[in-house]
Amino acid sequence: MNRIIQFIILDILKNQIVLAYTVLLAAFAWSAFGLEDNNAKGTLTLLNIILLIVPLVAILFSTIYIYNSSEFIELLTSQPIQRKKIWWSLFASLAISFVIAFLIGAGIPLFVFADITIAIMMTVIGCIISLVFVAIAFLSSILSRDKAKGIGVSILLWLYFALMFDGLVLFLLFQLSEYPIERMMVGITAASPIDLARILILLHLDVSAMMGYTGAIFKDFFGTTYGLIIAFGLLAMWTAVPFLISLRVFKQKDL
Amino acid sequence: MIEIKNISKRFGKLPVLHKVNLECKKGECIALIGPNGCGKTTLIKSILGMVLPDEGEILFNGRGIKDDFAYRSQIGYMPQIGRYPENMSIRQVVEMIKNIRQHKTGYDEILLNQFLLPQIHDKRMSTLSGGTRQKVSASLAFLFNPDVLILDEPTAGLDPLAAELLKDKILSEMGNGKLVLITSHQLSELDELITQVIFMQDGNVIFHKPIEALRIETGEDKISKAIANILKKQAA
Repeated sequence: MNRIIQFIILDILKNQIVLAYTVLLAAFAWSAFGLEDNNAKGTLTLLNIILLIVPLVAILFSTIYIYNSSEFIELLTSQPIQRKKIWWSLFASLAISFVIAFLIGAGIPLFVFADITIAIMMTVIGCIISLVFVAIAFLSSILSRDKAKGIGVSILLWLYFALMFDGLVLFLLFQLSEYPIERMMVGITAASPIDLARILILLHLDVSAMMGYTGAIFKDFFGTTYGLIIAFGLLAMWTAVPFLISLRVFKQKDL
Repeated sequence: MIEIKNISKRFGKLPVLHKVNLECKKGECIALIGPNGCGKTTLIKSILGMVLPDEGEILFNGRGIKDDFAYRSQIGYMPQIGRYPENMSIRQVVEMIKNIRQHKTGYDEILLNQFLLPQIHDKRMSTLSGGTRQKVSASLAFLFNPDVLILDEPTAGLDPLAAELLKDKILSEMGNGKLVLITSHQLSELDELITQVIFMQDGNVIFHKPIEALRIETGEDKISKAIANILKKQAA
């Protein structure tokens, strides 16, 4: 591990917010399993919490952290260090912090209470969602020098992915209910990492029967190995594309 | 040592540098002067790769600096306004830079000690006065014994004693055959140091002359007067 990453992770630990986030996740997870009488229900409750909180904390904390690191970044750019390395180190540090926080906070209770396949699935997806939103934070913070604007963009993006996107999908479903749009819905979910994650887990929870005909189509597609690979590939794209765009911009940026 | 070829830079619509050509050699102490906003800092940041010119190229020891970063290990840079992570102490900043650079040969901590920074090294950067920050910046610039020193307004904000220490340090480094590039508005402070003058205005280099030539040409002994003299002639 390079020295810059070591240094930034230490700084994130000193900041304590990621620690508080770990404790919070653990509290939610343990109480979700403790309060529900069966573990499948507990898993569902936890899923909803995870898909709301993980993206929010990951994107907001990362955005603010990147803005606050501007002095640090400026100091490093005058040193014999590649710009690429500075940006990658910053990303790696935030990503490692959030993945470890998720593993400790939600991963442990999942493996204690849930079925092993579900536990693995949810842990992996929780980590990927953390990465996706850290990457999106990099994009929104590089696009503007104005901190308030950057954080505002991050909040709007979170609102869009976590809340508005579902509304839009529902709206489409009702408006176009006369037409056979079920197959199209599979494509539309690709436009939101949170929905991709949700569907992947719901299908493994065997509650897709409750989702009617659309659920069956989803099962047909995402239930297969082929569909699963595509879904994970899409989630990987959701991490890689925003980060690589931000890296490109950062390499050309005047400091 | 440093060759600047035809570089231009715009910030949005605002042109900052216009086809600047310069050559700086070993052992020279160059004063980069000009009114506020004439592009001095942008020029310096271009040499450091912090600002990327729209056109032209910069050569360091004959090699282009574009897409290179290792050359910066030979430059000590003291920024005009040193920006440091606010929650770190002086010692942490120094240790971090040492750690990241992994410099093989020894450190030059003379200035660090002369400024008495080890006595206050647990103070956080956010609590430091502007002058103390400048001292940290200066110490860091000299720490790795670089071949080139780029000092942006080094004496602004320093007390007379510290400014004197810094000047002595610059003189002794020049004796070691290093290239020193200084921007400053306090011309009188530079008189004893510099060997060359670069005068910039509105992103253009107006002239680049050895100090002796400047003195002979204008008949003035003081740099500030010599430059005023030249500017008057140009206006006329």
